[in-house]
Amino acid sequence: MKVNRETIVCVLIFLLLAMVPAIAALTDVPFYLDLARRMMILAIGALSLNLIMGYGGMISFGHAVFIGIGAYTVGICAEHEIVSGYIQWPLALIISAMFAVVFGAISLRTRGVYFIMITLALAQMMYFLGVSLDRYGGDDGLPLAEPSNFSGLIDLSEKTSLYYLVFGLLIFCLWICQRMVNSRFGMAIQGARSNEERMQAIGFPTFRYKLTAFVIAGAMAGLAGALLANHTDFVNPDMMHWTRSGDLIIMVLLGGMGSLSGPIVGALVFILLEEALSGITEYWQLIFGPFLILVVLFARGGLLGFLEKARELKPSLDRDNG
Amino acid sequence: MKKAFILGLSALALTIAAPQAIAAKAKKIKIGFVTTLSGGAGVIGKDMRNSVQIALDHLGNKMGGIPVEVIFEDDQVKPEVGKQKTEKLLHKDKVDIMSGFIWSHVVLASRNSVVKAGKFLIISNAGTSKIAGRLCHKNIFSTSWQNDQVPMAMGEVLNKRGVKSLYIIAPNYAAGRDMAAGVERTFKGKILGKDLTKWPTQLDFSAELAKARASKADGVFIFYPGRATNAFMRQYAQAGLTKTPLYSVFSVDSLSLPKLQQAKLQNVLGTFSTQFWAPDLNTPVNKKFVSDYRKKFGSYPSHYGAQSYDSIMLIDSAVRAVGGNIKNMDAMRAAFRKANYGSVRGKYVYGNNHFPIQDFFLREVVKDKDGKWTTKIVQKVYSKHQDVYASKCKMKKTW
Amino acid sequence: MIDPVLLFEQLFNGVQYGILLFLLAAGLTLVFGIMDMMNLAHGSLYMVGAYIAATVTLATNSFLIGIFLALPATLLIGVLLEVVILRHLYDRGHLDQVLATFGMILFFNELVRLIWGPAGIEVPLPNILNQSLTLFSIPLPVYRIVVIGVGLLIAAFLYILVVKTRTGMLIRAGASNREMIGALGVDIKVVFTLVFGLGAALAALAGVMAGPIFAATIGMGENILIQVLVVIVIGGIGSIRGAFVGALLIGVIEILGRSFLDDFFKLFLPVNAAETAAPAAASMLIYILMAAVLFFRPQGLFPARSG
Repeated sequence: MKVNRETIVCVLIFLLLAMVPAIAALTDVPFYLDLARRMMILAIGALSLNLIMGYGGMISFGHAVFIGIGAYTVGICAEHEIVSGYIQWPLALIISAMFAVVFGAISLRTRGVYFIMITLALAQMMYFLGVSLDRYGGDDGLPLAEPSNFSGLIDLSEKTSLYYLVFGLLIFCLWICQRMVNSRFGMAIQGARSNEERMQAIGFPTFRYKLTAFVIAGAMAGLAGALLANHTDFVNPDMMHWTRSGDLIIMVLLGGMGSLSGPIVGALVFILLEEALSGITEYWQLIFGPFLILVVLFARGGLLGFLEKARELKPSLDRDNG
Repeated sequence: MKKAFILGLSALALTIAAPQAIAAKAKKIKIGFVTTLSGGAGVIGKDMRNSVQIALDHLGNKMGGIPVEVIFEDDQVKPEVGKQKTEKLLHKDKVDIMSGFIWSHVVLASRNSVVKAGKFLIISNAGTSKIAGRLCHKNIFSTSWQNDQVPMAMGEVLNKRGVKSLYIIAPNYAAGRDMAAGVERTFKGKILGKDLTKWPTQLDFSAELAKARASKADGVFIFYPGRATNAFMRQYAQAGLTKTPLYSVFSVDSLSLPKLQQAKLQNVLGTFSTQFWAPDLNTPVNKKFVSDYRKKFGSYPSHYGAQSYDSIMLIDSAVRAVGGNIKNMDAMRAAFRKANYGSVRGKYVYGNNHFPIQDFFLREVVKDKDGKWTTKIVQKVYSKHQDVYASKCKMKKTW
Repeated sequence: MIDPVLLFEQLFNGVQYGILLFLLAAGLTLVFGIMDMMNLAHGSLYMVGAYIAATVTLATNSFLIGIFLALPATLLIGVLLEVVILRHLYDRGHLDQVLATFGMILFFNELVRLIWGPAGIEVPLPNILNQSLTLFSIPLPVYRIVVIGVGLLIAAFLYILVVKTRTGMLIRAGASNREMIGALGVDIKVVFTLVFGLGAALAALAGVMAGPIFAATIGMGENILIQVLVVIVIGGIGSIRGAFVGALLIGVIEILGRSFLDDFFKLFLPVNAAETAAPAAASMLIYILMAAVLFFRPQGLFPARSG
């Protein structure tokens, strides 16, 4: 196996992430733990989006809705005093998967821009539903009295335990993505992206394959939602707003769409830049906006693509893979 | 001889004890202040930051002789970002006290972080019923109000003015529904209709205004904070509703009035709103605050600013009460509970839920002597009013 | 049961709101249909147009000068954006375009805040426009009548431009087969730049018209962008006719939903439940409509490719 720069970057990132709790303790800045944890949770969300967007060509502009559904499942369970994580988390996965089945079945009838818009529409409907749910705080949201209770296994109210749980789950999700992408199933999805008719002609029921991928991605985002609820101790409709879906898309594109670890790089850079730039000036978006434009113009295939290209040092003449 | 011995002993005791006393006194006080600086709502954050600046000027940047630093962070009106900024302030900048917070959802998301870190939270605006009630905490104080109080005061005003029927228009989010519920609780006349509009994106109110007019209600009650105020007031004028009196809460204030004047919306003059404070409220502290603010920034401060000024002054009173030993949480808390400081609103007391028990006033939009539009107090509506959620808070008043 | 006067008034409000959406949708659908370019920053041009018009109006005390300066200024900004950045993105996928134009949104929002401050600008209207006209005992805001008039004029202008002129022919040809007109020796680059400039000017016009109703504020573009995207998707991307019909449809449905949904729900729900459900349902209405349209006509009502 060729060790490419992507692998090296990926390993380095995971090494660094593994050391964050130690660094936070040594420098006496526990905030780094919190920041890195949020990055990893969003990275899981971005990974799941990459699965359908990068490999399946399904550009969902409403993917954050599944994060919201996962988070709300945990929040609503907690509100009704079901605090056991053994119930909350599987439920979060199942419910977000169920919503993904319905939303996928509706939106996969369309393609291209129409797919973008219909996923956006479905997500916005859930957002407005959340805002109107007075019983669960509406727009004010729902504070979690206590984190999911995995008694006998792990104590999530301990910051470092939650950190390493998120860390482990991120690796697990990356592993799942890698297995899926390289499986027959993954090949079929990628085939359907480049030429759906051909795949159908050679006997692949592409709709069912795409729907399955959509549901897996939805469930994975639901997991990220359950984690996010525990991370912030709080759920709120804002998690489902279209701008949050937009953030996820940006993370995927920033890191490099269609590369396995691209979304992780993207999420890291996105959160770090936001934190660093907003520390320098309150007009930080004045810098962040043009940065995004530059990435699009000069780093085809995101930051990871930029790295690879820098190594190959050959002029890229291939103009269309969009 | 014996006397000299005792003297010597006490001198010795003093020299041993003194360094400890000095050690207990903090060298610097850091306050974390979360507000909104970016985007359109940044206008609120700017006013709050300016007012904190005035407070620090008045204190000479010192509290009880100890230098103070206030670190501002921008929540972008997003709960998740607000929470992360709170974590940063607590666990990177290591602030001693948290303050600020405009939005209910942001403060609710950040509340647990502050509580877990064992720090004080002085809320400068957000008046969510949850923190006034079920989620009250011994380390959380407010220098503002509980949401419902202001519209409840307006309901009383309507009763006194003989308004028989009312049409309510408010945004469909938690605070919007609180405001509508607040006025419904005290208003004794008939409510002819209620519209809850999409928030924050809906800025077209043509449908709602047409319904309000068709209902022939005596008055229209609105709650539209931020930029929606201006859009609403314009369309109110254009829709030919000028003869129906408008009663508002948290909408027509020192932030929106300069813009409304710029747009020459004459119908805003003479409209009524309720609030615990106004720029012309006659207390010595308020006079100084407003005039210094106007000198420095050229405009009237808003209630957001007044509350932020009070937050800093409240913290100062506690720091001085404990002689700079701010690590002594119990003593600090006892000092906060006394609210023994020069508030812009004059003296008030804290209820069991750490929300002020205070007066509320009816205000009218008028021209000041320079022709600038501002709000003027007409009369007192509530005297020493406590919010209705205090009974849901488990803390008992022991002070 | 429904007051006919109120119903008529609400239809008027719906048409007026639809016209405003159309002004934005027209530019967006042209750019989208012809260059196959997903331009999220269309809303930023709308905002910039509104701010320039407001500033000029305040400085010169003339609403008309405001309009006449804002349009060419925004057109110029649009052309500049096209030449410097967007031109390089035509051959990319929609996603790259989304990312780059999202970057532009952030940039413009902050730039506007830097220049004009966070509070937004108010545009004073001449008194004659700031009142309402009573027609058959229905008070109609004068300014909104003006908006409808301007919108209809623009619709007619675009119709003639696209259907009757040589430029329009090139535009239509460009929408259906880009390579072909390039092969026919037409300088497609110039056509694209012109179309983008036209789209920017239309966005600015929408901003200018919206200013006196909503005031010019930061982020005003994103607020309305989603609704405009819904309009062009319902209408069929690239079709001016589709944008017009879609905009009116969305405008009227949005307003009627907000007006009568609560009374409708009260017919079969308890008052409290109806008061909670109606605003939520009214917010979702246009999305439900879009999902329904796409379900039956996945290319929208007037697919541009077929005419």
